[in-house]
Amino acid sequence: MQDLGKVDEIVKSYKETKTPLIYILKDVQKEFGCLSDKILTRVAKTTKIPLSEIYGVATFYSLFTTVKKGKYIIRCCNNAPCHVKGSKEVLDRIKEYLGLEMNETTPDNLFTLEFTSCLGLCAVAPVMMINDEVYGNLTPEKAVAILKDYKMKGQANA
Amino acid sequence: MHRIHILIAMDAHTIAQGAHSVKDELQRELSLAALTDEVRVVETGSLGIYNKGVVLVVFPDAVYYAGVKVEDVSEIISEHLIKGRIVERLQYADIPETKEEEGKAPRFGKQVRVVLKNAGIIDPDNIEEYIAHDGYEAMGKALTEMKPEDVINTVKESGLQGRGGAFFPTGMKWEFAAREKSEEKYIICNADEGEPGTFKDRLILEGDPHAVIEGMALTGYAVGANKGFVYIRGEYKMSINRMQKAIDQAREHGLLGKNIFNSSFSFDLEIREGAGAYICGEETALIESIEGKRGEPRDKPPFPPSVGLWGKPTIVNNVETLANLPQIISKGAAWYKSNGTEKSPGTKVFTMVGNIKNPGLIEVPMGITLREIIYEVGQGIPDGKGFLLAQMGGTTGGILTSEHLDLPMTVENLREIGAGLGSGALLVVDDSQDVVDLVKNFVEFFNHESCGKCTLCREGTGRLLELLEKLTDGRGELKDVDLIEDLAKVMMKGAFCGLGQAAPVPILGCLRYFRGEFEKYVKKPQVAQAAVA
Repeated sequence: MQDLGKVDEIVKSYKETKTPLIYILKDVQKEFGCLSDKILTRVAKTTKIPLSEIYGVATFYSLFTTVKKGKYIIRCCNNAPCHVKGSKEVLDRIKEYLGLEMNETTPDNLFTLEFTSCLGLCAVAPVMMINDEVYGNLTPEKAVAILKDYKMKGQANA
Repeated sequence: MHRIHILIAMDAHTIAQGAHSVKDELQRELSLAALTDEVRVVETGSLGIYNKGVVLVVFPDAVYYAGVKVEDVSEIISEHLIKGRIVERLQYADIPETKEEEGKAPRFGKQVRVVLKNAGIIDPDNIEEYIAHDGYEAMGKALTEMKPEDVINTVKESGLQGRGGAFFPTGMKWEFAAREKSEEKYIICNADEGEPGTFKDRLILEGDPHAVIEGMALTGYAVGANKGFVYIRGEYKMSINRMQKAIDQAREHGLLGKNIFNSSFSFDLEIREGAGAYICGEETALIESIEGKRGEPRDKPPFPPSVGLWGKPTIVNNVETLANLPQIISKGAAWYKSNGTEKSPGTKVFTMVGNIKNPGLIEVPMGITLREIIYEVGQGIPDGKGFLLAQMGGTTGGILTSEHLDLPMTVENLREIGAGLGSGALLVVDDSQDVVDLVKNFVEFFNHESCGKCTLCREGTGRLLELLEKLTDGRGELKDVDLIEDLAKVMMKGAFCGLGQAAPVPILGCLRYFRGEFEKYVKKPQVAQAAVA
């Protein structure tokens, strides 16, 4: 059961900040894992900002999500500097290893696979980010080895 | 007193190669060897060596080690620190020679360091080190000896142009905001660095955050603003943390807050994090985002210096622009102009990426040639491959080919050939790459990042992608190539903001120099037909 009272607490913690909606949504997402309709409705009620506007913001930015994602979000860069250094081969191997297409989550809810825009790590391209950790100079083999570590870690903590 | 200092580069690039675990291992091994009183480990920004793994320097010997792994740490400690013998297999000797001339900026080979003068030299988490390297001297000078208009005039005289990519004269922009009569004005540091291939702002924020703070305070003093926002993209966690720490320290030292240097000037800063949207690098979209809305660009005019954040006069300056300011104020406009060319003064920070042996961040005087950057600073193209093209300024940047290798890269020269310096990202592409596939990659990016506000950009990027997919799937016709060109030209003229207007630049560039590559994809019979006709 979700304790929507947490939403009110988060909103209250930003009462000194001018136009804090993006911060509120970030914290709420951190607390609940995603920005579902129910949660956004509560944010609208507490902040007195129209739900349509909040929904517009929640679906505009790529770091927000309205559906629950895996424990580890893999964000692969495929922008031009990574592209010319072989990001496609890395991505293909990751897809094959996890059995996922883009924007899908594994059945055990461990991994979600997404694209990211340039992470500014192009000197060590190709790169990916798993939650807040960044990995560079990837090869298909190296990427799979990193994912194996996460899989072990994730299953041990499950 | 510590006998030895180990500087370890802690920037996003080295962290992506395991710098955290090497540092932890260093600390652990040093305490095991009971050396923590003698040896101090200092985290610093980028040391200017990229793609060579974890990099550290042992002082006072100034020995650079690269590619350091966790298992190498005990050897460095037992051999170098205890016995004084350099671990040669890890030594990195390719350090450009440093030349210091009085009154000039330090030179490293081809590089001249103004913006990056402290990066990789000081501990960015320690304000004392910034102060020891003449930090906050410019702010003291401005607040005690200069009127706001003197600051504006110095910046105008220096010829500094905005380093976000538009190269608009900074002093002129300031004048617009200074003229506005308003109780509230704002300064925004645009650190929403999202242009693919660009990471200069990231490394400035992570290597020398106080230079940006000082630059913002100077801007605030010049235009009469008391509040600033640093808008950093949400993906740049490390930049956000370093910047927050720096702001807190500046506040503790009375360098931000009320009545700075006992003057009547008060100034404070707040970080605002982005939430993942390339378009927010456009200044009015950025302002919308700080206002808690979708980051969609506004109609211009009015421009932000008149009507900006919450409707108030607002200056939006890029990280690199701001980091130039302290030295312009303390050393003067003439000093700044001693680098670069007459119309493009100063230095420019470039990021070299793609198929290049020595990728990374460099700062060079304006007017350097592409050949010097690629073949001297960048050490050429790896694996014996040839040069196909370079894209200057990020994914919206213009296309340069071998005929441009010796063109001095200045704002005006590049403008003449329909390109620009843009964000300073230089993507080098070798001759094994497929141009059409590359253009498709550019368009995928624009299609994803178009904010959806205007029809030409939203639909145009989608249709361009369809046409390119049609070509690469072997279903294309010759007229599709013409259609791509027409559509790109229409977008360039009619899109609402810089994204849609600039997206066609690399497409048209590739068509101009490599049209044949597009036509190769057209179904064979039609190629034959065209040949007959």
